[in-house]
Amino acid sequence: MLTLLVLTPLLGAVVVSLIPARRRELHLPLGIALSVAPLGLAGAMFFSFDAGEASFQMVEKMVWWEPWGVSWQLGVDGISLGMVALTAILFPISLVVSDSISHRRKAFVVAMLFLETGLIGAFLALDLLLFFVFFEVILVPMYLIIGVWGGKRRIYAAVKFFIYTAFGSALLLAAIIALAVMHASQTPDGLLSFDYLALLALDISPTAQMWLFGAFALAFAIKVPLFPFHTWLPDAHVEAPTAGSVLLAGVLLKLGTYGLLRFNLTLFPEATVSLVPVLAVLAVVGIIYGAVVAIVQPDLKKLVAYSSVSHLGFVVLGIFALTSAGLQGAVIQNVNHGLTTGALFLLVGMLYDRRHTKQISDFGGLATPAPLMAGFFLFMAFASVGLPGLNGFVGEFLVLVGSFPSLPSLTVVAAFGVVLAAIYMLWAYQRVFTGPVEGVENRKLADLSPKETAVLAPLAVLVLLLGLYPGILLERTAPSVESILDRIEQTTDYEAPSPGRLADVFDTASEDES
Amino acid sequence: MIELPTEALWLVIALPLGGAVLLHFVGGWLGEPRAGYLACAASVAAFGVAAAAAGPFLTGEGHPSQSLLWEWMPAVGASFEIVWDPLSALMTLVVTGVGSLIHIYSLGYMHGDPRLPRFFAYLNLFTASMLTLVLAGNFAMLFVGWELVGLCSYLLISFWFTRPSAAAAGKKAFVVNRIGDFGFLIALMLIFSSFGTLSYSGVFDRAAEELTGGAATWIGLMLAAGAIGKSAQIPLYVWLPDAMEGPTPVSALIHAATMVTAGVYVIARSAPIFELAPGVSGTVAAVGALTALWAATIAIGQSDIKRVLAYSTISQLGYMFLAVGATAYVAGVFHLMTHAFFKALLFLGAGSVIHAMGGRQNMEEMGGLRRAMPVTFLTMGIGVVAIAGFPPLAGFWSKDEILGVVFNQGGFFTVLWLMGLITALLTAFYMTRQFVMVFLGRPRWPEGVVPHESPRSMTLPLVVLAVLSVVGGLVNTPFRLGLEHFLEPSFEGVKLGHPAEGVVSILVLAAVAVGAGSVGAGMAFFAYNRPPAAWGRFQAAFGKVWGWWEDGYRVDDIYGTMLVAPGRRLAEQTAFRVDLGVVDGAVNRVARLVKAAGNMIRPAQSGLIRQYGLWFGLGLVALLAWLLVRGGV
Repeated sequence: MLTLLVLTPLLGAVVVSLIPARRRELHLPLGIALSVAPLGLAGAMFFSFDAGEASFQMVEKMVWWEPWGVSWQLGVDGISLGMVALTAILFPISLVVSDSISHRRKAFVVAMLFLETGLIGAFLALDLLLFFVFFEVILVPMYLIIGVWGGKRRIYAAVKFFIYTAFGSALLLAAIIALAVMHASQTPDGLLSFDYLALLALDISPTAQMWLFGAFALAFAIKVPLFPFHTWLPDAHVEAPTAGSVLLAGVLLKLGTYGLLRFNLTLFPEATVSLVPVLAVLAVVGIIYGAVVAIVQPDLKKLVAYSSVSHLGFVVLGIFALTSAGLQGAVIQNVNHGLTTGALFLLVGMLYDRRHTKQISDFGGLATPAPLMAGFFLFMAFASVGLPGLNGFVGEFLVLVGSFPSLPSLTVVAAFGVVLAAIYMLWAYQRVFTGPVEGVENRKLADLSPKETAVLAPLAVLVLLLGLYPGILLERTAPSVESILDRIEQTTDYEAPSPGRLADVFDTASEDES
Repeated sequence: MIELPTEALWLVIALPLGGAVLLHFVGGWLGEPRAGYLACAASVAAFGVAAAAAGPFLTGEGHPSQSLLWEWMPAVGASFEIVWDPLSALMTLVVTGVGSLIHIYSLGYMHGDPRLPRFFAYLNLFTASMLTLVLAGNFAMLFVGWELVGLCSYLLISFWFTRPSAAAAGKKAFVVNRIGDFGFLIALMLIFSSFGTLSYSGVFDRAAEELTGGAATWIGLMLAAGAIGKSAQIPLYVWLPDAMEGPTPVSALIHAATMVTAGVYVIARSAPIFELAPGVSGTVAAVGALTALWAATIAIGQSDIKRVLAYSTISQLGYMFLAVGATAYVAGVFHLMTHAFFKALLFLGAGSVIHAMGGRQNMEEMGGLRRAMPVTFLTMGIGVVAIAGFPPLAGFWSKDEILGVVFNQGGFFTVLWLMGLITALLTAFYMTRQFVMVFLGRPRWPEGVVPHESPRSMTLPLVVLAVLSVVGGLVNTPFRLGLEHFLEPSFEGVKLGHPAEGVVSILVLAAVAVGAGSVGAGMAFFAYNRPPAAWGRFQAAFGKVWGWWEDGYRVDDIYGTMLVAPGRRLAEQTAFRVDLGVVDGAVNRVARLVKAAGNMIRPAQSGLIRQYGLWFGLGLVALLAWLLVRGGV
């Protein structure tokens, strides 16, 4: 089933490319219809997933090229489950809102479906070379989506995006090959292998772990993006068409956090434990820095882009807190951020379609002509700000409460991010949607169409559902997360903090004083 | 009486929540007045369920219970669970009782507003959120209610969002509250780290054994920080006066009777933790006394009818902080209840006046309204006497108990008692001043204003609240400690602060407090029951100080120049200098460098695939060799 899930969008891309270019009215509806198929498959996968199981499920393996030990191997666990589901949800939505794309529409639809295969494949791949192929393949359609259908500075943004992330990938490839070679040197038959499960058994010296961790982490840190590797992101977002932004923020960035969680923590546990301070500090700097920079952005889309830097900092903090709650928070925050930020980018896109501007100062009082749009924006803004009851809170709360025992002072700094989030989001809302309406264009602004409402409503429902009953995802992720943590505890002398330890900390502190 | 299982208490939250959801989707179709009726019915029904469930506690047969609704985030011990004990029952009754009266009042007050259904949807949502807060049996669920009431406050303050001042005030309220929430979040992290759960039952039972060393102090301090934000205490009170931008029923419900008391409730609820941190309790008391006095002086200088009441609310919340800080949790909750009655009454009365004056709020344009609106006049008069602390009205008993406990603590608390006493004098002064300026003297109405009494839907709640303001204090008097007895199960094992025993000391203290109130009321009456020209002479006698009071000590300006403006400059520097210049600049410089280097080694680009392959292979071999040697594989 997983192979089918990965290949359906690709098949769709082939089908769309066979439709003659002059039948342009067919391309988009067909693309939408074809992207619903993977959604159905992903749904089936989600509900047939065994919640109590920690290891990979529905594994499919075909040897691809034996001498190199490469195989087509797919599998899903609690870490990838949510991401695949999110990807499948966001694609039909992104296609539905793309009817403002008139130039080379067929190519656009093909690129989008191609991108979907790459993303789902990357999340499901259990072979490192296969993962790398998907990871790289994604760059091409995304490069085109930004570079062909983007805004004024689209070429600059697309090239920056491509070179920056490809630079990280080069290191990643070298490290992956090194792992395969190590496998050859450590097994009696001397065979190369890129099989993730086989590579987990490797015995890697602490020094080698550091170097390999570094290569993996750099590639993923650029993708996340972790401060200070984030500057390609605002440019890419501002120039990308709405669908591109939704998928970039919603799914593409998550490859970075997913990679850290999936590969760095399990393959290089020793290095993970010793490099926690570096990554946690960068994460927390990103949380505060992204939020501070977001406050004063004059461009609404850039503001949302910087808010992503801040939110993904929470994910990275949760990962490197190395506690069960922190990791669970990271996994669910990955999904949550995709839903809320995806929705915010959709809304910014809808504003742009109407007014052909994203400058906050061009708007004002829009809640009067467009109350429904204002309502959705405020709802998603509060989800993003971390209002309890909505999904954003669940992730942030798990991350914060989960990180506190292992990284107390950093977590306190990170928590200040929630204050800053309220400032940049509500101030933006205030300037765009409240006050008197000024200007004819603003006064006549059309409210959401039924189609736009239909696109946003399911996201709103998910935001609420995951906010109130995150168990639907958490119960599926918890066992996998635990097994990662167990692995780290078994292979290193790290021990996840248990509740009650705080009292000891205070006890020793007060004893020292006396 | 019907026995209601605790498990059914989710209904109390679900009723107004259902009302809110329904109104959200079909409110526009229902229209006025049906949308309002639906909201009122939901609120009254919640009150009915709560009253039925609270019955056993009154007869002394009830037992506190905690029931799980559903697991929320098991990894951090967060779940939706309801605690039903006398404290949550009392809070629920106040919220739904006073809330229902304000719902009914709003039928008249919001009449004709095109967004009336939306208003009632928010009002219902607020009620549900506040009930989530007080019924929560888990700190995480408490935080849900805590933040949702903040959301509703935001939505209702900026209800008339086309007014820039209303939109700004709503945002300010939410952001300032978030600063307190930052502390609250840290408290939750500390609690989970210490106990491995956020459930009340798991935390309070083991507080004494787990919270050794400085843990209790830090948890207490951080909880207090959250409470200071929500209950508008120094230094985070600045959002509350601005919150008066919201419709007046909102001010009565959220910014007087219920939401702002959440901080007091949380401290009372967490009494087992605060007991272990006497230093924090003392700090809370000091903050309360200081806020009470500080806000009362500002209230004196206000001429906007609602801003007087806003600063008065801050000041009265200060009393409640003083009480819970002095470990007089029952007295704090008692004052919370009586204050809900008389302050809701005063705000609704003020709303009735504003309604009659065609939206005007400046008391200098009022005067002589006693004839035009007799019901408002009489009921507000009762509210003034109640808040000023004259026996036997509600405010007397609760304020007296607080001052009694504080005095009895002695030492540093004697100073706080004195501050409380001066506040009592000032309270009587500014309330009498308001009453005189609005209702007595000659009319100073602008042309075209013809004041009239408000409709029945508005006066009825005024009358009910007036009755409650008269008799509400009798539930806990030195002669019969009814409320204390009622709340006993909620404070089991907590050592409560008490006033000194003995009739003489009780009488003397009460006489001193009433004396102070009389002086304040008398001064205000003689200064303001005269033509406006004489007010000026009276105010001029205070010199510059009066100006400080009028301007609220310019605290907003000070925050603006010391915090907001530098913060914004910092953000701009970070965004445009550091991010664009330094960080992104470095990226672009590296790119240029690579390009330059590329030009230098261009000859290597022969276009021959084989040659590339050679270089690639050599590089790979070198890398692997190096790894094998260095890595010690």
